[in-house]
Amino acid sequence: MVNAAIQATQLNKWFGEGEARTHAVKDVSFEARFGEMLYVVGPSGSGKTTMLSMISGILRPNSGTVRIEDTDIWAITKDQLADFRLHKIGFVFQDYHLFPRLTTAENVAIPLILQDRPWDEAVREAVRNLEVVGLKNRAGLPPVKLSGGEQQRVAIARAIVSRPDIMIFDEPTASLDGDTGRNIVQFVRQEVLSEHRCIVIVTHDTRIYEFADRIMRMEDGRLAGFERGDGSLDAQ
Amino acid sequence: MTAEIPGALRVAYKLLVNDRTKFTALVLGITFAVFLMIEMTSLFAGILSRASSTVINIGASLWIMDPSVQTVANTIPLPDYVLDEVRSIPGVKYAVPFYSGAALLKLSDGTYQAANVIGLDDSTLVGRPGLLKGKIEDIFAENGFLAVEDSEFYKLKGATLGSEFELNDNRGRIVGIAKVSSSGLFGVPTLYTTYYRALQYIPNTRFTISYVLAEPKHASDVTQIKARVAAAGYLALTKEEFTAKISDFYKYHTGIGTNMLLMTLFSFAVGLLISGQTFYTFILENIDKFGALKAIGAKGSALVTMILFQAAFVSLTGYGIGVGLCALVIWLARLQLPDYAAIITFLNLGVAFLMVVVIASISSYVGVRKVLRIEPFDIFRG
Repeated sequence: MVNAAIQATQLNKWFGEGEARTHAVKDVSFEARFGEMLYVVGPSGSGKTTMLSMISGILRPNSGTVRIEDTDIWAITKDQLADFRLHKIGFVFQDYHLFPRLTTAENVAIPLILQDRPWDEAVREAVRNLEVVGLKNRAGLPPVKLSGGEQQRVAIARAIVSRPDIMIFDEPTASLDGDTGRNIVQFVRQEVLSEHRCIVIVTHDTRIYEFADRIMRMEDGRLAGFERGDGSLDAQ
Repeated sequence: MTAEIPGALRVAYKLLVNDRTKFTALVLGITFAVFLMIEMTSLFAGILSRASSTVINIGASLWIMDPSVQTVANTIPLPDYVLDEVRSIPGVKYAVPFYSGAALLKLSDGTYQAANVIGLDDSTLVGRPGLLKGKIEDIFAENGFLAVEDSEFYKLKGATLGSEFELNDNRGRIVGIAKVSSSGLFGVPTLYTTYYRALQYIPNTRFTISYVLAEPKHASDVTQIKARVAAAGYLALTKEEFTAKISDFYKYHTGIGTNMLLMTLFSFAVGLLISGQTFYTFILENIDKFGALKAIGAKGSALVTMILFQAAFVSLTGYGIGVGLCALVIWLARLQLPDYAAIITFLNLGVAFLMVVVIASISSYVGVRKVLRIEPFDIFRG
């Protein structure tokens, strides 16, 4: 049984007009499943980030559809889509984008605060999530006092605090040294991934391929094929 | 159950206040602008109030004067028959002569001091001040004068009941110490005496009066009285109109108003530049974070509310400190300079508040535009 978390169909995206027009994503269709960790890989300019933005509801495709569970996310209003992202999708950005003027716990609590949860309750929940990522003792510190790996864990805690079904990671190891990057992804694989959750990771880092269930390769805006984490071909 | 501050506003507050350098710069910018704006307008209000002090202190309902009079100090003598003419107008309850003029006093220590002398109608003493010392009837005693205890009183060098001075070879004696609500503008002491003694001691054109003060029987009679006075070739103004005329003279015919307006506008511009620039930098430094919030699921309206809250919080804090600082400076200045002319009025506070609202609106508009334009996709693109 295919348990589809994300269904992308005939996605196209271009930027600019006339001669300056760049077709960044061309007719990409795929499914991501619950319980899997799907990597999106490919050279720079291959359309990975554009595709990731379209499936996560922050960049509207020129054509094609994206269904997350039962929702056609580009058929709902802008505010409904913002709410959808807030409740269903967790983001981990390449540069973390943590607020340096808030404590670590307050940073993690932000998705709950945006959901209008009471402040104290949101912060308590955030501390529980910091415990999951092993940083409960750093809850009161500002993010600038933490190492790169710890900041990445804080960003993960922020992404999981609202219990999203879908998690989107953008180059999660780009700012980390090799060992720390591997440890982070291993941690995500063991502690964050579940049968009710789908994780999509855009990465260049071949050292973490072993943790993927499937690897989706993109070239020149097109889907070039699927591999398993061990390097064997996957038929999707 | 206690009302909870919305979490997004609490985040906005923490982002703002925890960035101490920027927060301090923002508050100082607004404080400085508010302080200058209120100080300038308060000085001007003080000058205007003092320029009309005689009108305020005398309190007469109607002032009859030559149409060319610009201020109460620049009297143009009226023929004394105007008094009879005014008394004959139906609707006039009473009308009395009034003298206002400058004099040079020779004090008991032999020094000279300029003074403003006010002559009150002998039979009614209309416009008499309240007394701190002495009895009002003593003003009829030989050489009797009342000295006003205001910020210029010290220039009479220790004058008290019984003190004497010379005025145009006439002896004058202080028989009462008076208190009035408003000090004069020109930095000279004020003396009250009877109308005829004033004419006797201070040479004037014969058969003239400085002003005629009148009281209508009913408020509805004012229009008719003014028309009759105008038909006779003179001008009748209510005390409010006379005060406004004096204010207009200082605002539009002396350059003081223009200079004060320019200084107020410069203060506004300085505040706008400092606060606008600092707020813009603050937004720019956090723009990626706002983009991340958008990506996570914050609606545009939530981000706009956060920015407006930050701008309002900074503005109100700066406004409060600026008003307090201005009040403190005026209080301190008055300790050293009793005749320091500055009054904080509700109008001053309102004008400064409006300007702060404009500063906050422009600053937040720039920030809101920037934040609404950032696309979450830009965060992924780095």
